[in-house]
Amino acid sequence: MILSPLQIVLIGVLGLLGVGLYGLLVIRNLIKIVVALQIAAKAAILALVAAGQTSGQVNLGQSLAATVIVADTIVAVVGLALAVQVRKRFGTLDVKALSTLKG
Amino acid sequence: MQYALLTAGAVICAVLAIYSKRLLASALWLAGASALVALILYTLGAHEVAVIELSVGAGLVTVLFVFAISIAGEEAMDARAVLPRPLAWTLVIVSSILLGWMILPSISVGSPIVETSFAMMLWQDRGLDVLAQIALIFAGVLGVLGLLAEARVPIEKRVADKPVTQPIAAAPAQPAGREVRA
Repeated sequence: MILSPLQIVLIGVLGLLGVGLYGLLVIRNLIKIVVALQIAAKAAILALVAAGQTSGQVNLGQSLAATVIVADTIVAVVGLALAVQVRKRFGTLDVKALSTLKG
Repeated sequence: MQYALLTAGAVICAVLAIYSKRLLASALWLAGASALVALILYTLGAHEVAVIELSVGAGLVTVLFVFAISIAGEEAMDARAVLPRPLAWTLVIVSSILLGWMILPSISVGSPIVETSFAMMLWQDRGLDVLAQIALIFAGVLGVLGLLAEARVPIEKRVADKPVTQPIAAAPAQPAGREVRA
């Protein structure tokens, strides 16, 4: 079976999305959580451009992907700022140490 | 073949970014994944987005990560995961299979529709998106301020750290030879 380039790219999208989702589910370090979010966002960017190719609207896919890149970068900035402030306040980057509600 | 190599490289870089022990290595593997994703975008014909992804994703975001890691520092953590790893693997595999089952059979290259250029599409047809991007950039500026700000010390700690005030001693007399001249 010979796969077309778009099918190969979409398999890559599934791989990147899986890696990002696994990282979000497993990782406890706040900075690495932002890394996992970035990986999932890269999968979304690739999927948007591939969808633009599929529907024959390449420039629409590109403009949506550019918006996602900007949003993704801002998410990284705000997430890293939160991580740095958490490290200064609590002395750790562990998400489990952030739970202040004890039951 | 070219697509397969680039895609496999991007996924391998992403896996190494998740599995590497050091945060700095993780950020650098993420930059590698971004660069390979930019190459894939370029070969797909999305040249403008490829350039944006290469400069922002592999450049700016990596610098931000290195800056944040230099402030926060590396931290060794035990290997316990938030979710049990078998459960996480199951969720990832099930979601990937479902997504692939829905997407992959319907893929075919569509006939190109006559559409406007990328600049016209971004600035006119998707003008609301541009406004949202401007608002997001302001949020990013606030995020950078948060990155640089000092943590506020709680009031109790400030009071506890304050030295006990001593009774004011008598001011030492001026040396005889140093009179203030008018």
